[in-house]
Amino acid sequence: MSVPLAAPLAGSVDVDRRMSPRLVLSRVVALCVVELQKLSHDRSELLTRAVQPALWLVIFGVTFTKLHAIPTGGVPYLDFLAPGVLAQSALFVSIFYGIQIIWERDAGVLAKLMVTPTPRAALVTGKAFAAGVRGLAQAVVVYAIAELLGVRFTVNPLKLLGVVVVVLLGAAFFCCLSVTIAGLVLSRDRMMGIGQAIMMPLFFASNALYPVTLMPGWLQVVNHVNPLSYQVEALRGLLIGTPARLPLDFGVLIVATAVGIAAASGLLARLAR
Amino acid sequence: MTDPAVSVRDLHYKFGETKAVDGVDLVVERGEIFGLLGPNGAGKTTTIRAITALLPVPDGVISVFGLDVAKRRMAVRRLIGYVPQQLSADGSLSGVENVSLFARLFDVPRRERKARVSESLEMMGLTDAADRLAKTYSGGMIRRLELAQALVSSPQLLILDEPTIGLDPIARGSVWDRIADVRAETGMTVLLTTHYMEEAEQSCDRVGLMHRGRLGKLGTPRELIDELDHPDATLEDVFRAYSGGPLEEEQKGLRDVRATRRTAGRLG
Repeated sequence: MSVPLAAPLAGSVDVDRRMSPRLVLSRVVALCVVELQKLSHDRSELLTRAVQPALWLVIFGVTFTKLHAIPTGGVPYLDFLAPGVLAQSALFVSIFYGIQIIWERDAGVLAKLMVTPTPRAALVTGKAFAAGVRGLAQAVVVYAIAELLGVRFTVNPLKLLGVVVVVLLGAAFFCCLSVTIAGLVLSRDRMMGIGQAIMMPLFFASNALYPVTLMPGWLQVVNHVNPLSYQVEALRGLLIGTPARLPLDFGVLIVATAVGIAAASGLLARLAR
Repeated sequence: MTDPAVSVRDLHYKFGETKAVDGVDLVVERGEIFGLLGPNGAGKTTTIRAITALLPVPDGVISVFGLDVAKRRMAVRRLIGYVPQQLSADGSLSGVENVSLFARLFDVPRRERKARVSESLEMMGLTDAADRLAKTYSGGMIRRLELAQALVSSPQLLILDEPTIGLDPIARGSVWDRIADVRAETGMTVLLTTHYMEEAEQSCDRVGLMHRGRLGKLGTPRELIDELDHPDATLEDVFRAYSGGPLEEEQKGLRDVRATRRTAGRLG
């Protein structure tokens, strides 16, 4: 076969240095396609990852609904809990990406990706939205489980589109957070410990399980800087119609994701070295 | 005058206190297969990582086809196909999917993508295995898959870090044959590292011997061997004479070996 050699680029300007939206979009698409292909080869992972959220809903949710111990403002507790568990399952998927990127570094995959004409921020954005794709797949499973348990989520397509965006942004942010930590600790073993250590506090210091008003003062402060809370608030507002500050929630998630992408791409070179 | 494929001028690189590369000067001419030889830890991989702009280097030290790597990183990367030392194909994707990813990352136009992906796989003899998951491939097949990934963008410079490490002799032979075929068909420049001296002797047009971060002898394998003036001399003897010892393992060896074994284990 004949391989046409690319024309020498000696005279051209290094346009790739500037991150054109088209370039970023093409890399995001490339990495999301890969994620979907992996999912299609191994669907069992979707199910094993559904076990934990299912337990939260079936055991914790159903029990506390009967107890009426948590004041949710007239909403059945299971309905209140379901958006929280949906956010949590996407969070757990995303936190895994920091471990994955260290593994990719050890396997040479990261170096190979970084030697392609892909600016670091585009690579991180691609990974972040690939995490979003996984998070969405997980969200669909949790949605289905919750429906089976009798939770009445919205069927309004616009609101569901909002849910999709919120899950994508949330997963993208937590993926970047995890990649940022990976860029700091640089070791898989430490990363696994840290991943475990931050997941639960993020979850408990949010409004996923109980209303903010029940929290002690100091935890409310933590809750205010925890993007998961804004994600849960938006999901709850969209899915079951509780009061939500949607512009604020979306704003926080967008800003957090942008900051996360910047931080993670700043540390990516450290990982590749 | 046309610029050489790669030009490196007085490259230094330190990891903390360790001097990984200590003043390397190197020119790789267009169309040649150039082998950077030396034991683990000699600085070969660091040199390659500098050329691919994975490591920060000052302006004016390295150029690829006349482009300064420090200033024109993205343009340089469009010209390079790179295969790292570890077996880095994704075991959870099929052969086609592995190669398609790189076609996308190199902006191969959509209408050409499918054809280019299957051509690359065909060139590496993987057409029959193209739809199987890469985790079912043998080590040699994975190496060829990685070559297909690197070639799908039609690079002008193919950079291979230890292309035959960890492979059995038959797989090694087939990898070298494919590299020779690609060069013959496309005139592509190939820059590779290896610590297998006989393989370099057979396959490289020119070699450079690296030892403790420095590039000593440079020339065709024949020239270097003839310098020894001994009828049965091999490239390994040349290296021994140059470094003053056998090919002992140097620093950083453990990490490399560990990484390679881990990857081999993962991919079965």
